[in-house]
Amino acid sequence: MSASEPTIPAAERRWAWRPYALALPALVLLLAVIGYPLLTIVARSLSEPEWGLQNYIWFFSVPINLTVLQRTFVISTWVTLVCVVSAYPYAYLMTAVGPRVRLVLLLCVLIPFWVSGVVRTLSWVILLQDSGVINSVLRSLGLGGVRLIRTQTGVVIGMAQVLLPFMILPLYSVMKGIDLRLMRAAQSLGARPFRAFFTIYLPLSLPGVYAGAIIVFILALGFYITPALLGGPRSTMLSTLVQTQVLSLLQWGRGGAMGVVLLVTTFVLLALAAPVMRSKYREAGRH
Amino acid sequence: MEMKPLTRAILGLVCLLVAIWLVAPTLVVVPMSFNENKSLAFPPQGFSWQWYQNFVTNPDWSNSFLNSLKVASIVSVLATVLGTLAAFGLDRMKARPANLLRMLMLTPMVVPGVVLAIGIYAVYLDTRLVGTLLGFVLAHTILALPFVLIAVSANLEVFDRRLETAAASLGAGALTTFRTVTLPLIAPGVLSGLLFAFATSFDEIVVSLFITNPYLKTLPVQIFASITRDADPTVAAVGTILLFATTMLIGGGMLLLGRERKGRQ
Repeated sequence: MSASEPTIPAAERRWAWRPYALALPALVLLLAVIGYPLLTIVARSLSEPEWGLQNYIWFFSVPINLTVLQRTFVISTWVTLVCVVSAYPYAYLMTAVGPRVRLVLLLCVLIPFWVSGVVRTLSWVILLQDSGVINSVLRSLGLGGVRLIRTQTGVVIGMAQVLLPFMILPLYSVMKGIDLRLMRAAQSLGARPFRAFFTIYLPLSLPGVYAGAIIVFILALGFYITPALLGGPRSTMLSTLVQTQVLSLLQWGRGGAMGVVLLVTTFVLLALAAPVMRSKYREAGRH
Repeated sequence: MEMKPLTRAILGLVCLLVAIWLVAPTLVVVPMSFNENKSLAFPPQGFSWQWYQNFVTNPDWSNSFLNSLKVASIVSVLATVLGTLAAFGLDRMKARPANLLRMLMLTPMVVPGVVLAIGIYAVYLDTRLVGTLLGFVLAHTILALPFVLIAVSANLEVFDRRLETAAASLGAGALTTFRTVTLPLIAPGVLSGLLFAFATSFDEIVVSLFITNPYLKTLPVQIFASITRDADPTVAAVGTILLFATTMLIGGGMLLLGRERKGRQ
């Protein structure tokens, strides 16, 4: 401790290392089980079969890889849009109803959130498959079947449902803090409800939209199980490609390079979003 | 805010649809689990308990379930201890190192599952941890740690540290203070961290798919394998059991919480 903090008593100063000791076990495990493996992947992507950027050059020069990369972004964008559009009214209603209805609405979000992800994807397989619920209902109505499983639409529907709670919960926590008297004030000053909503409520709720959208988009980019079970060859996402390279083709270098691309993309997005989200949160917390 | 009846009706309808979309798909496993035929085609035929029987008697299923319970129990304790200690450490550090370390410890939440999975798989191949209990426990613990850290940190933020000073000034040692003052006050955070850690481990699939082997499979791995291999309704039975257990736990917990709050007012 430096001399610029004379207010700290000597006894406390003597224990200044203690917080670090408390965090140490978690940190060691973190470095061993996350840090070291990620470094291994980076190293392998640069060194197999020989040192150099060959795997990255390969990744960015093979058209199919670029198609999949682009598709991963497109699917994630769709999923995020679907989540924002459906979560916004839902979260708003949660703030507007009585405690009893709110509890029911919250349960509707939390129960699927806690039910095993694999089981939820299984449910979507049962619903979307050619002999599934949706198609058998359509057929009994005399309408022809639609192809949903192994299509991009099916993947988006399933992923959005799995990720929706990540959108609703941050939105709700921001909306809960919005002072509704501001809306009433605007309306008493002559603003119509729509105008009051767009000029006051929407901007104040944007931090929640940002937070939720970033979380959903980033999680969607790395999704593996849902696209693997609901998707087909034309809806392959980056994660599946990584898995194929490593487990089926034993191409650790190429698979590693793909993984590093996915990882870097994720962190760049996070870094871009962090300052925006932080300042927005501060704004929201100011009043 | 006053809403026109029409706006209200539309909003209500949209939310009803979203609620159905959230909950109904998962419920579809319930009728499928009583299917008489070995098929996941809709609608199910007849009625039978055979898939529940199969879950209990078939070692592939029962063993993977027990493995998941074992791993998740160890992980929840380990992650809670490590996470709580770390949360305390970060709470008592200066802001700058604390923020840096916190960001570092939250990375497992944002690293794409498959990237982490191939990394851990590569290291486990070298250290012979593939398909071992230790391997599963280590990987799941690190994935569960952020949830404990968040839960306990949230509780520490509202914890009044002067209470500790008060206890110390009355002659309590550091351990006594922790046991009788600090721990009871942050218990809700620790408990929810424990629950989150258990759920994270019990549900973890991506890393598990890579580090599993025929000798040690967890339940999600078995479910995944079953879905991709054949249309065995046992998965639907397992899904129904998990759905039921989760609903009881959350519903019960929320009712208890609500009653406690009401009682306090």
